[in-house]
Amino acid sequence: MATIKQKTQGAISIRNVTKIYDPEGVHVVAMQDCSFEIAAGEFAVIVGPSGCGKTTLLNAIAGFDNITSGEIYLDGELISSPQKQIKPAADRMVVFQNGALFPWKTVIENIIYGPVVQGRMKRSEAIEIAREMMNRVGLNEIEDKYPEELSSGIQRRVEILRALINHPKVVMLDEPFRGLDTVAKTVMHEFLMDIFCAAPRTMFFITHDLDEAIFLGNKVVIMTTRPAQIKKIVHVDLPWPREHHLLGSEKYLELKKEVLEAVHEEARKAFEAGEREMA
Amino acid sequence: MINRLRSMLTDSQLFKALVGILIFLSIWYVLTAVLNLPRFKLIPNPIAVIKEWVSFEPISGRSLFTKEYYIDIGYSVVRTLVAFFLATFLGVFLGLFMGWNRIFFDFTFPIVETLRPMPPLSWIPLAVLILPGVEVAVVYVTFIAAFFATVLNTLLGVFSIDRNYFLAARCLGSKPKDIFLNVIVPGSLPFIFTGLQIAMGVSWMSLVAGEIISGQRGLGYAIYEGYSLFQYEQVVSYMFTLGILGYISSAGIRAVGRRLMAWEARRRGA
Amino acid sequence: MKKFFNVRVLRGFISIVIFVVLWQFVVLVKIPYLENLPYPKEVAVDGINAVGSKTYWFDWGISLSRIFIGFIAAQLIGIPLGLAMGISRVFKGFTFPVFEMLRPIPPIAWIPLAILFWPTRELSIYFLVFIGAFFIIVINVLQGVSNISVSLKWAASSLGARPKDIFWKIMVPGSLPSIVTGMTVGMGVTWNVLIAAEMIAGQGGLGRMTWEAYTNHNIPFIVVGMVSIGVAGYLCSTLIRWLSEKAMPWKKRF
Repeated sequence: MATIKQKTQGAISIRNVTKIYDPEGVHVVAMQDCSFEIAAGEFAVIVGPSGCGKTTLLNAIAGFDNITSGEIYLDGELISSPQKQIKPAADRMVVFQNGALFPWKTVIENIIYGPVVQGRMKRSEAIEIAREMMNRVGLNEIEDKYPEELSSGIQRRVEILRALINHPKVVMLDEPFRGLDTVAKTVMHEFLMDIFCAAPRTMFFITHDLDEAIFLGNKVVIMTTRPAQIKKIVHVDLPWPREHHLLGSEKYLELKKEVLEAVHEEARKAFEAGEREMA
Repeated sequence: MINRLRSMLTDSQLFKALVGILIFLSIWYVLTAVLNLPRFKLIPNPIAVIKEWVSFEPISGRSLFTKEYYIDIGYSVVRTLVAFFLATFLGVFLGLFMGWNRIFFDFTFPIVETLRPMPPLSWIPLAVLILPGVEVAVVYVTFIAAFFATVLNTLLGVFSIDRNYFLAARCLGSKPKDIFLNVIVPGSLPFIFTGLQIAMGVSWMSLVAGEIISGQRGLGYAIYEGYSLFQYEQVVSYMFTLGILGYISSAGIRAVGRRLMAWEARRRGA
Repeated sequence: MKKFFNVRVLRGFISIVIFVVLWQFVVLVKIPYLENLPYPKEVAVDGINAVGSKTYWFDWGISLSRIFIGFIAAQLIGIPLGLAMGISRVFKGFTFPVFEMLRPIPPIAWIPLAILFWPTRELSIYFLVFIGAFFIIVINVLQGVSNISVSLKWAASSLGARPKDIFWKIMVPGSLPSIVTGMTVGMGVTWNVLIAAEMIAGQGGLGRMTWEAYTNHNIPFIVVGMVSIGVAGYLCSTLIRWLSEKAMPWKKRF
């Protein structure tokens, strides 16, 4: 961790968060009294069985939904509680599971949308910067294409760029690489790794893929089935920047075993409880 | 030889289209002119219709080569276009606004839903009595038909937009106005254009009825006049004229839609 | 109970009240042109009288029977035709161009021909209603069949289904949603056509009733007629919606 530049912004503090959906009706306790910390610039990966728990936290931090009890702080400031819920804004960007690039805008128009609409930059300025970003990651040829013309892998990268151009304190990714084939995933991981190491910021990354979790994260937060609680937090102290040969190392295999055991237990419970996959 | 015939039969679209149309015309001709079947012989046969349609001195005074034909077309087309554009302008705005603002929706939807089931043509008597002049009444009835179709489809379009686009736009710092212009408007365009095609079809239908019931001049009126003067060939030629105009107007809308929605056309694999 | 009278329903209620109040105001104050509208009260009184009279319901019956006969005929002929066109490319190649040639002709334009051909007025009205619904249902069924995922058909084949099974177990249920759409849209159109046909050429029925109110210069009753037609149309559409929910229990309702 010493090789990454230290960040000072984007520390998230989750304290005793409980979320109940439809309290007077079906009363689903998605999350029960969860607490953990994410340091500024940390790459936190959340894994666990399918259910509302992981996305609940993302929704609360992003400002899409609120929590039933508890508190969430960002850099010491209260952003979510039963009484107060901050609105979505560009300091907490989300990359959606099935992609949410505007299909009616070209790649470059998607990327510059944030800065322009916030009034932070003039259009020409934003285009310059967007082009630079695309060049740096090798996506220069596609600026005038529409998202549906491109492969999912490229679409996902563009969406990440769209988020990053806003210099968010926190980037939240909800299973962004789900459904991509192994090769594409590898490319995505390298891409994300490059970006993260070049300009670290707090990542809140949700996934089912354990290899992905350990490969990308500083810290893997393993959650239980509903009602979700923190089962275990595994610190991944593999060296940065992560490279693929690490996947064969002894340390890696040890970590994988640790995570796998914890997840497996919960997965069995979830299966037995007849959880429906909520994709 | 047999194989070539067979492949022509199963593959060539144009061939099949022509054969199909030819068969249709032949059946029509046989039923009306050759066999003297009781009801069918009253209907004009296709040859007589074509003769009247392209004649320089048509019995009815209305053919491709008379100016009355084009005057009739002109009246109908102008009425339809005026009503249609008015309905599109008002209908799209109303639909978009209703989809955007929940409070506005709550106030306006019940009224829209109460008025919408009333068939546009049932407005004719009231419209003729209340509005100044028959022309306005006919355009009004056509407008009503197109208007409700447009509003409904626009609304459906707004509701069809994936919630994630709204969430993403908010994350990116959009204000309500930005969301309206960047998510709601482009997102509902596909449905809007489907609605416009429907509205166009409905417009023509209402217009023709309006012209028959209350009009002076125009294709609908001419059809009815032709009928009462026993000029059935002209009636049929005018029916086909209406069909052609309807097709052209829908095709026009589709073409505009394709230009505005370039991203739909360029889908991967499309 | 509390959940029903929430804010949203309240707003709707208020808007209808405002609408009626505005209506009364506009006539009272003699806004140009709109001053000739009847007062809401006159319409209500005429409406109540109508509901009590036998001929009113007789007209309802006549219109409804015309709708049903024409509409059902259109479905009985149109759905198989649409399925055939959707399944056989060859068949579609021959029939679709003719179909597309006739489709843009507004149903009302068929009136003179229909009157000419059919021996009775009643039959010509059924025919017009039929025309209104026919083209719509065929187009919708066609679209429905083409939307049925190819993988569904392949999956069925590999599970041992014969062409007959694929037709009845995959194609027909798979195109049900489009059939329903076709019926819903078609129902709206047929009411429109029926009213026009009744006004122009019919005897009896709600359209004729409204027209006669017009020729008798009985404006409040014109509005009663319009509202009755709207209600009748709404009831028919609701019936279609209810039937569709029964026919497709697997479709999630939102």
